Amino acid sequence: MSRGAAMLIMGVFTLYFLTPIWWLLVSSSKTGGDITGTAPLWFTADSFPTFFANLGNLFTYSDGVFGRWLANSALYAGLGALVGTVIAAMCGYALAKYEFRGREAIFNVVLSGVLVPATALALPLFLIFSQVKLTNTLWAVFLPSLVSPFGVYLARIYAAASVPTELLEAARLDGSSEARTFFTVSTRLMAPALVTIFLFQFVAIWNNFFLPLIMLRDQALFPVTLGLYAWNSQISQIPELRVLVIVGALVSILPLIATFLGLQRFWSSGLGAGSVK
Amino acid sequence: MKVTRQTTVPAIATGAPTIRKRATSSAQRRAVLLFVAPFGVLFLAFYAVPIIFAVVQSLLTVERKGTFGPPQQVFGGFIQYQQVFQNTEFWESVGRVLLFGVVQVPIMLGLALLFALLLDSPLLKGKKFFRLAFFAPYAVPGVIAAIMWGFLYSPSLSPFGAVTSQVNFLSADLVLWAIANIVTWVYVGYNMLIIYSSLLAIPTEIYEAARLDGASNLQIAWRIKIPLVVPAIILTGVFSIIGTLQLLAEPQTLRSFSSAISSTFTPNLAVYTTASVPNYSLAAAFSVVLALATFVLSFVFLKATQRKVSQ
Repeated sequence: MSRGAAMLIMGVFTLYFLTPIWWLLVSSSKTGGDITGTAPLWFTADSFPTFFANLGNLFTYSDGVFGRWLANSALYAGLGALVGTVIAAMCGYALAKYEFRGREAIFNVVLSGVLVPATALALPLFLIFSQVKLTNTLWAVFLPSLVSPFGVYLARIYAAASVPTELLEAARLDGSSEARTFFTVSTRLMAPALVTIFLFQFVAIWNNFFLPLIMLRDQALFPVTLGLYAWNSQISQIPELRVLVIVGALVSILPLIATFLGLQRFWSSGLGAGSVK
Repeated sequence: MKVTRQTTVPAIATGAPTIRKRATSSAQRRAVLLFVAPFGVLFLAFYAVPIIFAVVQSLLTVERKGTFGPPQQVFGGFIQYQQVFQNTEFWESVGRVLLFGVVQVPIMLGLALLFALLLDSPLLKGKKFFRLAFFAPYAVPGVIAAIMWGFLYSPSLSPFGAVTSQVNFLSADLVLWAIANIVTWVYVGYNMLIIYSSLLAIPTEIYEAARLDGASNLQIAWRIKIPLVVPAIILTGVFSIIGTLQLLAEPQTLRSFSSAISSTFTPNLAVYTTASVPNYSLAAAFSVVLALATFVLSFVFLKATQRKVSQ
């Protein structure tokens, strides 16, 4: 293949991947009428003030519920992924670096957990949570999000490859406790895997739809995706919501894109770990 | 990472070998418990127990004493499963996602492999830009992606009015492929990166040796690179199969743009609809069948591809 052909393929697909996001950005800077009336992929003369007016409306509409949704998503995904990563890393590390009875059995059970679709768990979780009166609470979405079998799998593979057993033995001889060795020495060596686990769990929780959809009734508890979904399904009755949905969609994807760009250096080296034998 | 071997290690260890060994191993046992317990407890509570609960729930059925008696859950054996097998809407939805998967997954993974190979080839300039541009859609949640594309598909709002006024992507004939396009758009970059990072792990000496033997770039890609990234492709394949059978957010969101998507369009939508009736026992039976199907399909795919690799 020639250089020209390669660049052409990549160029065409760059348009495919970026045009929808570009359209979202441009549309966010238009009034409801201008979205249909003006050139869809270019700004209008008033784009700048209109964008900020839209943004203002987004955060004040319905007593500022959108800000609440963003905060909820940040809590569910941010804190959930953080705690979940630590828990998964400890388990994967133990499976990689210690010999104990039942080790392979535990690993196999966790591995089969990777294959269980999250949506198949959502309904039984709803039934269980409704018996202990936990549906329609923060906990109903937060607690199940902490479990990441794929995180354990990644952590095990990465720990096995990057934490030398000799180093652990040396730490033991120096009198360091197992937990201290893990948190001060091993986690540093596992950093790329930890960032990767965190990011992918963050995205999985941020994107999770079924669990909040069936668990939550109270709008104040919605994550941003469920909130925008709810607004989007009311557009036919309340047309002014269309602009808010578009601006809201833009605002809701920016934190994720920023997180990925900011942490790129770390996760791109950890990403390959899951696929290397 | 290199660790310099310390000659003092055996010398210290021989001082009191048995005591030290016993002391460390009990400390290590406690450490294992400490490390595994948090995940273990959560896994039991939010994976194992719900699965067991779903199976139990699917074996129950609601009965009333007389016409006006209070409803009561009683053991019903496989009645729900009989209903699952007789439910044509559910099986239509299964057929729909299987058709979807057979078409969409190979296209998506084929593109991901092509992009990964191009990124890894000496042909491209601006690799970093392409990598980020192709990966960016992965940061867009399924619901948001479906809302965006819903607008893009709509004849009145779309920037591609010339196309969308001629072809109705939201019609009954095309809406499944409209969803396939959204899923492809979101996940190609993610799969590309997984394959690309496993290409980066291949030692470059292999290519030098092949070049000395007169291999072209294309031959290197076909004979060396692709066979070596098969494990990565299998991994992305398994995740894609799971994802396909789980389709929910995109079709559910697009329902506000298209009347062609029924409340049982995908198996998960059927579960959701049945649960909101509410008929929890039948919905639980759907979930169990779906989870089993996912398991079996992923497993068969793993076995089939592994056999091919070892041949």
